[in-house]
Formats: sequence, C-alpha cells, structure tokens
Amino acid sequence: MIRAEDVFRTFQEHRGEAIVIPTGTSGRHWMDFTTNEKRDLNLGGAMGQTTSAALGLALSLPQEKVVLFDSEGALLMNMGILATIAGKKPKNFFHFLLDNECYATTGGQPVPNAEEINYAGVAKEAGYAAAYSFTDLEEFATSVDQIMKETGPVFVAIKVVPEVENEPIGRRQRRPSRSRAETIRDLHSELGITVA
Amino acid sequence: MVEQQRAILSPETLIEEFNKNGVTHVVTIPDSETNYLYELMKEQPSLEIVPASREGETFAIALGLIIGGKKPVCLIQNTGMLESGDSIRGMALDSGFPLVMVVGYRGWNRHGVITDSVARYTEPFLNAMRVNYYLVEQDADASRISLAFEEASKTKRPVAILVGDEYHGFNRV
Repeated sequence: MIRAEDVFRTFQEHRGEAIVIPTGTSGRHWMDFTTNEKRDLNLGGAMGQTTSAALGLALSLPQEKVVLFDSEGALLMNMGILATIAGKKPKNFFHFLLDNECYATTGGQPVPNAEEINYAGVAKEAGYAAAYSFTDLEEFATSVDQIMKETGPVFVAIKVVPEVENEPIGRRQRRPSRSRAETIRDLHSELGITVA
Repeated sequence: MVEQQRAILSPETLIEEFNKNGVTHVVTIPDSETNYLYELMKEQPSLEIVPASREGETFAIALGLIIGGKKPVCLIQNTGMLESGDSIRGMALDSGFPLVMVVGYRGWNRHGVITDSVARYTEPFLNAMRVNYYLVEQDADASRISLAFEEASKTKRPVAILVGDEYHGFNRV
C-alpha cells in the first residue's frame, strides 16, 4: 500500500495543465501538493456521482486533460459509470482510484469484497482504453509520466493506506478548503467559460 | 381517430424545442418506448447524446457539462427520477445552475384511474424536491417546453418537463 500523500506528491510532477478533481478522505491531501489551484475542482455533492460529473466535464472540454482521483467506496455506489465512460471514450479522461479498502470517514468498515475485487480489471473489461494497478510507490512513480501521455479513458487503481476517522464528525479538525462553487468560479475565470 | 392522431406529442417537436433553446447534449437512458426520439436525436448535428447507465448519473454528467460551458438536458423516465433523488439534490438543486429535465410520465392518464404507482408518486416527488414542472402531452403544448427553459435560466434551478404522451408519440411505427 502507498500513502495517499506520496501518490499526490509523485503525481504533481506530471500534472502539467490538467484539471484535477480530488475526492474522498485520501483526496484532501491534494491541497498540500497542488501548484495550480485554479485548475483544481471540487465536484462533490452526491456520493458516487463525482465520477459522473468528471465525465461531463471531460466531454465538455475535450482540449483539456481531466484527472479524477476517485475513491473505491464512491465508485462502488455507481459502478455502471465505468461502462458509461468507456462508451463515450473521452480521450482526455484520466481516472485514478485511491483504494483504501474501507469507509475511512465512518470508522473504517470494509467495503464489499475489499481485498479481492480487481477494479482495474473491471474498468478494462468495461472498455477503458487502458487500466493499471499499483501497490508500490516506486512502480507508480516510474509509470505515471507515460500514463499521463496515453489516450484515455485511462484507469489507474492505487492501493492506499487508510486514514480512518473515529472522532464524531463535530469534533474533527477540518482545514479550510474552497467550496464547490468557489472552485467552479475559479475554473471559469481561468478558462474564460460563461454558463448559458 | 383523426383527433387522437393529432393530439400526440411528436418527437420532432421536442427536437425543435431543444434546438431553439440551444441544447448541446442529451444525457439519457434510452428505452424502447422512446426509440424513435433517440434515432432522431442521433441525426441532429447540434446534439450529442450521452447514454448513461443509471438515471442518477445523468444529473451529475449534466453538471460537468454545464461547468464546461455546454447546455445539456436530462432525458429519463419517472421511475429513474425517483432513483435519482440524491443526485438531483446534490448535483442539480445545490449547484445553482439552470437545468431542464425531460421526464417520461409513465403511467400518466388523463382518463380513468391511474393504476401504475410510479405515476402517483411522480408529482409529489417533484413537489418535495421543490422542482417546478410543466406537463406536456401534445404538440400544442410545445411552448411550455420553452417556458421550462426560460424558468430554469431565470431561477438557476432544475425545471422538469413531464412528457405525458410517452407511450404514443415517441415510438413511431
């Protein structure tokens, strides 16, 4: 297993100008490594549907690379999206999955079939152009540059160390982060987009 | 019989309204009842179809498209709309963007008793979500489709069009 912060530290060097959408408990580490916040997007709002929103964004901006850092708990809630994505074949879509094998934010209960399911295998058979699995940081580090040059949709499953939260929600320390609306406004300003 | 034929909502009318209102994408679950509409949409150079696997996806895909500057509609059946509750809340209502959802009103009948339970729950569901809606049953109602687009744009909220002619007009034989 790899620490989520090491995934992001490694990925950042290969981000280029990509729009990055982090999700889940692991995803919050992205804010420590991003160097282009105006191209970071918060698309949370309904668990299991951030993946769908990321697809919509990729379809609407085919000239931009769109990178989603998904979580396995969310993906399991809407696994059909893999077929939806594969069907539309967005060449600019890079779907990373940070798989900690549990619902970390609710105390670490395992997700269904946590240790045996092969998400990259599911994505590949659903029709993704390419799919990879990583459990070792060095292997990921030597592969990510080439992966980001591939034609999408590409799926990258990464086993990450769970960061289980057991504190009641009201007592948890939350670092300030931009709201979804703020990140959308910033992206619109960055790309010169106006909504009809 | 002649009167009955005239009273349908033709797929061409929906397409015309989509084009008039600048729709770029139709995010949808195709079904056999709306096959002719689907075929007609595929022929439109101005429309891109995004087939979804489950109705809840359509609202999130639409949000992504809107953020990227496109103008999608969600085209689903009322059964799937019920499944989409959390997505409508989190991805449409809470987003503050206009969105028109075209919903096949399965089970709707102006005459006699409604026997399909999904028709009984459709309008209460929309009322509970505070989503306004327009019933469209025939071509003469077409202007209500544009009204829905105008309302969505003005209020920056989702607005529904309930297609009450689902089983007659869309599947041209």
